Amino acid sequence: MDDLLQEFLAETREMLAAISGEIIAWETEPGDRARLDSIFRFVHTVKGSCGFLDLPRLERLSHAAEEALASVRGGERQADVPLVNAVLAIIDRIGELTDAIEAGESLPEEDDRRLLAALAPTFSASGAAEAARASQAAPSVAQPGSGAPIRTVSRSIRLPIDLLDRMMGGVSDMVLARNELARKLRDSMADGAVEAAFERLSLCVAEMRDAITRTRMQRIDHIFSALPRMVRDLSAELGKAVALEIDGGDVELDREMIEMIRDPLTHIIRNAIDHGIEPPEDRRIAGKPAAGRLSVSARQAGNQILIEVMDDGRGIDGDRLVARAIAAGVLAPERAESLNWAQKLALVFEPGLSTANAVSAISGRGVGMDVVRSNVERIGGLVDIESRPSQGLRLTLRVPLTLTIIPALTVSAAGQTFAIPRSAIEEIVRASGDGVRLEPMGGVHIAAIRGRRMPVVPLGALTRGPGRPAASPTLVVLRPAGGALFALSVDAVHDHEELVVKPAAPAVMATGIYAGTTLPDNGRPMLLLDPAGIAVVSGVASQPIAQSEPEAAAEEETPLVQTLLFHDSDGVERAIRLSVVERIEEVPASAARFSAGRLRIAHNDQLLPLLGHADPAERTRLRVLRISDGETQLAYMIDEVIDIVALPPLADSALRPGPVAGVVMVDGRQVELLDPHWLLADAAGGLPAPAARPTCLLVAAEDRWTTEILRPLVEAAGYRVVVGRGPADMRPDIIIDSGGGGEPTGGEASGGVPVVRLRAAPAPANGNDDSIYRYDRVGLLAALDGVAAVRR
Amino acid sequence: MEALHLIVGIAGQRVALAARHVESVVEIDSVTPVPLVVPHIAGLAALRSRVLTIVDTLAALDLGRMDLDDVMQAVIVTIDGHLYGLLVEEVEDVISLADAPSPVCAVLEPGWSRVASGMVEIDGDALLLIDPAALVAGPGAMAA
Repeated sequence: MDDLLQEFLAETREMLAAISGEIIAWETEPGDRARLDSIFRFVHTVKGSCGFLDLPRLERLSHAAEEALASVRGGERQADVPLVNAVLAIIDRIGELTDAIEAGESLPEEDDRRLLAALAPTFSASGAAEAARASQAAPSVAQPGSGAPIRTVSRSIRLPIDLLDRMMGGVSDMVLARNELARKLRDSMADGAVEAAFERLSLCVAEMRDAITRTRMQRIDHIFSALPRMVRDLSAELGKAVALEIDGGDVELDREMIEMIRDPLTHIIRNAIDHGIEPPEDRRIAGKPAAGRLSVSARQAGNQILIEVMDDGRGIDGDRLVARAIAAGVLAPERAESLNWAQKLALVFEPGLSTANAVSAISGRGVGMDVVRSNVERIGGLVDIESRPSQGLRLTLRVPLTLTIIPALTVSAAGQTFAIPRSAIEEIVRASGDGVRLEPMGGVHIAAIRGRRMPVVPLGALTRGPGRPAASPTLVVLRPAGGALFALSVDAVHDHEELVVKPAAPAVMATGIYAGTTLPDNGRPMLLLDPAGIAVVSGVASQPIAQSEPEAAAEEETPLVQTLLFHDSDGVERAIRLSVVERIEEVPASAARFSAGRLRIAHNDQLLPLLGHADPAERTRLRVLRISDGETQLAYMIDEVIDIVALPPLADSALRPGPVAGVVMVDGRQVELLDPHWLLADAAGGLPAPAARPTCLLVAAEDRWTTEILRPLVEAAGYRVVVGRGPADMRPDIIIDSGGGGEPTGGEASGGVPVVRLRAAPAPANGNDDSIYRYDRVGLLAALDGVAAVRR
Repeated sequence: MEALHLIVGIAGQRVALAARHVESVVEIDSVTPVPLVVPHIAGLAALRSRVLTIVDTLAALDLGRMDLDDVMQAVIVTIDGHLYGLLVEEVEDVISLADAPSPVCAVLEPGWSRVASGMVEIDGDALLLIDPAALVAGPGAMAA
């Protein structure tokens, strides 16, 4: 039998067992909202799975029950005795059908109709009796003649986690016993035959430990592999085109977690396809590719697994959510005014709220998201939501690492051994090695490793261990996820090991520098260090994690970029992204020549455009940066290299496009950052001729912002810009309305030309607002891109 | 209703722990220190293949620090899914009590009042009934 079906049956049976208590409680107290919610979730989940597995009969039943329960939740119906009976009869029938499917039998279908009829609001008392009869008659149908229903033998079994834990504990104990035996054997000088037998035992134990560990762990692929089929079926059913991207399927997760995130993930993806991604026609009108993009990815970050689902659909509208929440009585109108954008979006997790206008069979009951949150929170996880109306939605499930195998490096400092996750380690160098210098500065040390400077955190001092630091420490260069480089100074580096890591007690985690505990083969617990936490605790983190301020939290993380600092040929300190610098070279000044309209250097049989501020004729040797995008190359004259530093992206952009992209901050100094794009474009022959470029009309362009800030950006995107009112016969390819004044240009008034509206506020003013925040560079460029693509 | 209680010595006093909280009593010989942790967490130890977080009960009562050099007895409890070993000075007995614990009829020192959940009577002696979760939470936690 199909694996998925098998799993569905096992799951449904488990849920039925779990819910039977709730059902009985609900029967005695039909007004109990919590019970109603959990029964509702059950039928909703069954319905979802049925549609996917093509079980129309179960789907019909569960959909009907869901409808009825939804009207109770919505306050349109009372949970009276006939209704409760009818719902219970349906749940019983779901159980019988599940058994029948597993046994490969069929149940007579006419009973279903009676059960469905019993749900109708105008149902009479005699009907209720009939429904009760139907439900009582059913078990006899499920047990044909011979007695107990025949169950097929399943190829998979479900085990309680406790049992697995005990097995794992037993194997770990076995490893410890083996180690002790090994020591004893070495001491007693046993003969060869004993040694060989012990070796074999040893191998078996190791293999067994591996297998047992694997029983707990599972690649997240286990869930991801079912997604393409689900997405395909759903999008076909809804008449949508969806391109699915999956990444990170090899991330391993505790089996328990995998089971717990299966439903939330399914719900999120259903929602994304059903409500997020628009039908192809709508997408075309909005200037998006006809096929919606849905990307699902998993990765490990610190002591969490992040599972991200992103779509480029219409997003969730916070203001519409607020309106619905007020209408549903979940939110008081006066509180609504004080909500910020993120808090508005969080309303989507309230039970009984949905932004879908029409309820469909796929989702849109407002049950999905509250199930998502309650499931994820039950395993100690979090759900983040990020939405840009008309551009897409990103949901991130953050799941804690309960138990995981992490490749780690063991180090010791001040007499204690610790583990460091290998993923965060950039390199390991001896403080006395070549190209490594420890420079004392203000009571601490800075490490200079091949020209890179970074703060040093002495682990022994951080942990206040009793031992004295080694005379010549080893530096472990760490790059925590999303943070700046620093060097952890340790006394000794021991070994690479694969460690089984478990969460530490809350008091231990509260120190902020540990990611978990592990029990190596010697039987002494060891602590796994959290590089990001150490950076924060020791104060070397470049950017403190802003959690208290919602504004800061809403900002996307800004990754640091390796940047080369140098003295330019005019003596000014400038910087360039390291990734575009191919190498630094010295060439004789005689290699430079002004030929065919520009300066060029001939070097190693290559002719490269030469840029810079100095006159090569005044020098004997030139030091140049070879800048390349892989194809086009150019040389840029400099005086000398200062350093390589990790810098955040631009602090501020240049006013006009040119060789300088903008300003970055380096230790409080303003340093100009070169724009490799401009330089390479210049070298490659510049932009296409103006006539071939699409035209962009900037309306309300009399203000400085539009002319000085917006215009260069639009021009850089490849547009010819016309400001204000163009010639009467001119037909721009796109209109940007920066809202600086005048009346807004409506879609009709613009004569079919796409209009991009900008707004000054980060969050949209109301539900119908499809404008783009004027500093949302990505969004704006995407909108421009869309038009340019259509034109091509 | 009969309920089993474990009588142990903490900070020089006999106290009772409800046996339903207690998983086992073990001897701990080596403790891995946890740098930077709050004072009442003495460190980590292994119980077979599981990692125990060791609680210094003297420090948890804010009455000083226990000596950690020799072999110690620890009462194993599970709180919120984590395994803890509460270091005790003495393990006396397991006693079945018929009476429900009564409220404490005295004003206790702050450390004790935070961890005491009641009073039980054994052979005419009144003993404090200790809440292991409060011991684990330590002096930094707000009074429950």
